[in-house]
Amino acid sequence: MAGVTLDTVRKIYAGNVEAVKGVSLDVEDGSFCVLVGPSGCGKSTLLRMIAGLETISGGDIRIGDRVVNQVEPADRDIAMVFQNYALYPHMSVYDNMAYGLRNRKTPKDEIEKRVKEAARILAIEPFLDRKPRALSGGQRQRVAMGRAIVRKPQVFLFDEPLSNLDAKLRVQMRVEIKRLQKALGVTSIYVTHDQVEAMTLSDKLVVMSGGQIEQVGSPAEVYRRPETRFVATFIGSPPMNILPGKVEGPGRVSVGGQTIAVTDMREGLAPGSAIEVGLRPEDVQAGGAAGSSSLGMDVDFVEELGATQLFHGKVAGTDFVVQASTGQIPAETRKLTLSIDPANVHLFDPQTTKRLGRF
Amino acid sequence: MVENRPFRDFMAYLTLVVGVIVVAFPVYLAIMASTFDAATIINGNMPLIPGDQAAENYSRTLFYGGKAAREPVMGMMINSMIMAMGIALGKILISILSAYAVVYFKFPFRKTAFWVIFITLMLPVEVRIYPTYKIVADLGLLDTYTGLVLPLIASATGTLLFRQFFMTIPDELLEASKIDGAGAFRFFKDTLLPLSMTTIAALFVIQFIYGWNQYLWPLLITTKSSMQTIVIGIKKMITTTDALTEWQIAMTTAVLAMVPPVLVVIFMQRLFVKGLVETEK
Repeated sequence: MAGVTLDTVRKIYAGNVEAVKGVSLDVEDGSFCVLVGPSGCGKSTLLRMIAGLETISGGDIRIGDRVVNQVEPADRDIAMVFQNYALYPHMSVYDNMAYGLRNRKTPKDEIEKRVKEAARILAIEPFLDRKPRALSGGQRQRVAMGRAIVRKPQVFLFDEPLSNLDAKLRVQMRVEIKRLQKALGVTSIYVTHDQVEAMTLSDKLVVMSGGQIEQVGSPAEVYRRPETRFVATFIGSPPMNILPGKVEGPGRVSVGGQTIAVTDMREGLAPGSAIEVGLRPEDVQAGGAAGSSSLGMDVDFVEELGATQLFHGKVAGTDFVVQASTGQIPAETRKLTLSIDPANVHLFDPQTTKRLGRF
Repeated sequence: MVENRPFRDFMAYLTLVVGVIVVAFPVYLAIMASTFDAATIINGNMPLIPGDQAAENYSRTLFYGGKAAREPVMGMMINSMIMAMGIALGKILISILSAYAVVYFKFPFRKTAFWVIFITLMLPVEVRIYPTYKIVADLGLLDTYTGLVLPLIASATGTLLFRQFFMTIPDELLEASKIDGAGAFRFFKDTLLPLSMTTIAALFVIQFIYGWNQYLWPLLITTKSSMQTIVIGIKKMITTTDALTEWQIAMTTAVLAMVPPVLVVIFMQRLFVKGLVETEK
């Protein structure tokens, strides 16, 4: 098994469209790396470059110690799971899984052993003789995974493998993928636009936007300390509220004339300069008394989510969402006082959108 | 149907029945005519129920030459069969390969190549018949099966049909094949060909009938009577100048000429339906 290293990898399409703008990334051996970002951010292109399905316009891709820029997909020792599964419709499930091994002249008994083993792990043994069309979406997904497993590759590549499944099955398969990856210990790179999938699956979370990496880190790091406003609003559901504010002094900012305290604030910011204040809906304590660090909110309407409620409204003229446990605050409340824990305030530069925290 | 309108239904069926009779009657007449002797047909009072000359007519038509020194029809059928099969299979082979090239390979002037193929759609055999004849004659291919088949093989229709079909196959299938270690030829053989089976069957039916019914081309390039196709044979039987037309033989030949295309349609239709039922996207 091997890790994957990207060194300032670029992809420029005809017509000078730069889809990937110099991405460097280290995926350690055996880890589960998730690339997440909105559509068109270059994450799929990057994955396809690692797979060898797209040429590389610049930089190097290494699998283990080997630079694979010019290596054919079949010789890169990778396996890929596609969004639409890409099963061969005219072959049985068994043949679908065996096809890659046969092309590599693997001995027949070895093929049988590996396919049977993969089918056992994935619980698709009863379907080995069926054609893909006779399977449900979840079963097809498993066959696609089986096709990857039997190859015993150094790296698994997943291209949004769960987006064709219904919500319930998606959660179930997500858990299975995670369990399987831990059991096999194969380095995996997984592309998704679903931030929940990204958070739950990854050891290493890579947030991408506009062909560049915005932030790399563990899911907890990325959630707790987003490096840019983009990451802050992309990771977390509902997304983080961003309010325009002003610097008052060290550890203090104001939003619409109301002062709040901040723990993680860069030193030397000029008082009176504009700043963006980020607050997660779940980090804000609603319904307390006005204190030294609090904001007033006008509530427009309430969304019921069962265990929690989302209060939509405005703080200092900007849209704001607060999450509260059901029953904690009466739904007909129109004015809320939000008490803010200084440790939960994120500050961003309005120009560069970078985090203005301590180094 | 939810509505129950007996009169409308009756009219619809009546129209259908009349239509079927109009289309089928000449065929029925031909089949009946092939069961009488020449005298019965010529005196104009041929009954519409089968006669007793069927065995005689068919064996004479198939295996013996007649008074006008014609070839046995069996030989003509073999010629027609070779030509129709050659054209149908050749067209399928050529068009599936060219469609594969046009869809899956990036080469300079790919678009141009496709459009050139497409434009030939507008040139039927008759338009380019003189240059084609000249080339075939210069190559010494007159009165050969190669000469009969080869010039009719190139097919823009087939290429277009396969191209459209290949474009509906998801790219991921090609990519999965690449990762599975299948090269260009193996992808074609293991994935594309099995998936194209229904298209191939459809094209085979159309092109077999096209080849079987060729008239002008075989008329031009075959002079030996041993190379005659059945369509030409029928024509020659009817326009005899120095003898009475043997109508019972001509009709028998017409009936025989219908058999292979009908068999192809019946047999291929089953493959068609099977393919249609099994295809799922």
